[in-house]
Amino acid sequence: MQRSNGLLDRRAFLVGSAGLVSATVLAGTQTKEPWRSGPGQPMSAYGSPSPYVSLKRLQITGHPLAPEAGASSTPLERLNGTLTPNSLHFERHHSGIPNIDPSRHRLQIIGRVERPQSFGYEDLLRYPMVSRILFIECSGNSYANTLPQALDKTAGELNGLFSCAEWTGIPLRLLLEEAGFDPKSDWLVAEGADAAGMNRSVPLDLALEDAMVALFQNGEPLRGEQGFPMRLLVPGCEGNLSIKWLRSVEVRKGPAHTREETSKYTDLFKNGRADQFSLRMDVKSVITNPSGQMGLPNHGVYEVSGLAWSGHGSIDSVDVSADGGSSWRRAEIQSQPGPYRPVRFRIPWRWTGQPAVLQSRASDSAGHQQPTRAEALTNSAPGLTYHYNGIQSWQVAQSGRVSNVFL
Amino acid sequence: MSFCSQLAVLFFMLQLPSVMADALAPQLGKPISTDLVAGIGPDGQGLPRGAGSVSEGRIVYEAHCLVCHGPEGKMPGNALAGGRGSLATDRPNKTVGSYWPYATTLFDYINRAMPYGNEKLLSANEVYGVSAYVLFLNGILDDDESLDANALRAVVMPNREGFQNVYSVKSSD
Repeated sequence: MQRSNGLLDRRAFLVGSAGLVSATVLAGTQTKEPWRSGPGQPMSAYGSPSPYVSLKRLQITGHPLAPEAGASSTPLERLNGTLTPNSLHFERHHSGIPNIDPSRHRLQIIGRVERPQSFGYEDLLRYPMVSRILFIECSGNSYANTLPQALDKTAGELNGLFSCAEWTGIPLRLLLEEAGFDPKSDWLVAEGADAAGMNRSVPLDLALEDAMVALFQNGEPLRGEQGFPMRLLVPGCEGNLSIKWLRSVEVRKGPAHTREETSKYTDLFKNGRADQFSLRMDVKSVITNPSGQMGLPNHGVYEVSGLAWSGHGSIDSVDVSADGGSSWRRAEIQSQPGPYRPVRFRIPWRWTGQPAVLQSRASDSAGHQQPTRAEALTNSAPGLTYHYNGIQSWQVAQSGRVSNVFL
Repeated sequence: MSFCSQLAVLFFMLQLPSVMADALAPQLGKPISTDLVAGIGPDGQGLPRGAGSVSEGRIVYEAHCLVCHGPEGKMPGNALAGGRGSLATDRPNKTVGSYWPYATTLFDYINRAMPYGNEKLLSANEVYGVSAYVLFLNGILDDDESLDANALRAVVMPNREGFQNVYSVKSSD
């Protein structure tokens, strides 16, 4: 226990907290709170959070001349489990949210197909669907941690261009087969119906494997900001590939080299050369509790918990350090792992009041381990980093305040 | 079993696979025209007829683009020009001229996404012209040149060889 700076076995946590719970229950039986007598509020058509819970998306940043072109982040540190509520899923729009009338929207399957055709929203609702729990992460997520100085921000502000939902939709393969795609083709181009007409090239083999035309998110029709009436979803890949407000899928030979996949979502290195089509998001994790800008009120046992995910497959294991990476202890993975499905990891930790640095390090089923910040930045050109997946470090000061730190 | 009903059974069995496929696929797509694209790539497929010169493009640029991109396309944050030779330095400046591998991307992007707030406004001739002007600002075209589909496709961008397609590398490994 000494060696791991207070990280404990999970069983110790469950035994250790039992006394605290019973003490609280005894104190509570002496009072009569107002809600224990008389009628409460009636039912509602569409629920909302408790008035005591205020949740909001963070870091809502738009272009100075175009506030609708920007991003907002999921408040990861306020949530638990793995799913992101639809109202808090991160956003990235290049030209705002189009207000699409589904009766006037069509999805076209075009290009190298025998039978170019288009589908209405109501048509697609009749097609066989699949449901999968998947993350979407913006390729620019955690960009702030590539800067020279560590910014004192929350877990969500730093890493919240990442969300997870149960997505339901039609396997894209079905629609491509119905149109009779030319098997000698090797790429698609997907295009959105927003004013930006966002378009990205997608390798055909990737699309045939498990891409879907998503119509539902966590059980309800897509929100406008997530692509209503329909979006492409390419599991495990950078979020920009999952084109929202999907209107066209063109089968072709070779990528189109659209503006987003040349000028923007490419990885420039110090030697002046760039990687293109580095589509999969690399293995990553972040401790959400305790995390940036929180304060530990007193010494004692805390549950350290967070999220881990990989675009190369499933999460195999997550190790946690409380001493800045000198020693590591295996965390418990409590949710069901699966390809491109985030997990929640947990480990108990006794804070004795000494300064500490909390870190998590994930490994995936493809054999990748999350790198340190220094390792992740080794070859990147300054200030132009996409796909950053370095270990997030949270410093716990003697006062109990938690802040982002670079080691 | 009569010969006719034997034939009917045989016919049914032969038809079975496609009947089943039809039964599982709603087949609700409506036929559409065959020449549509979702993005114009280096082969130029989908480029419309028309042409525009650098000087025609300058007029379009000054009317619709200058406010965000600056008089020489060097507005910080929205830079279109400059930055040649900067990619391997401490201050890489990714612009059309210093970074973009293909000129066809200019037509595709301007045509679909510009001018910001008034997208799909420009005619094909205007898009060819303003693409030519942006290439002129980068020293890639001279001021007396113009672009049509063939000329645009033939432009060799300075950073054409600057990228490695790592998806293909991974699949062939």
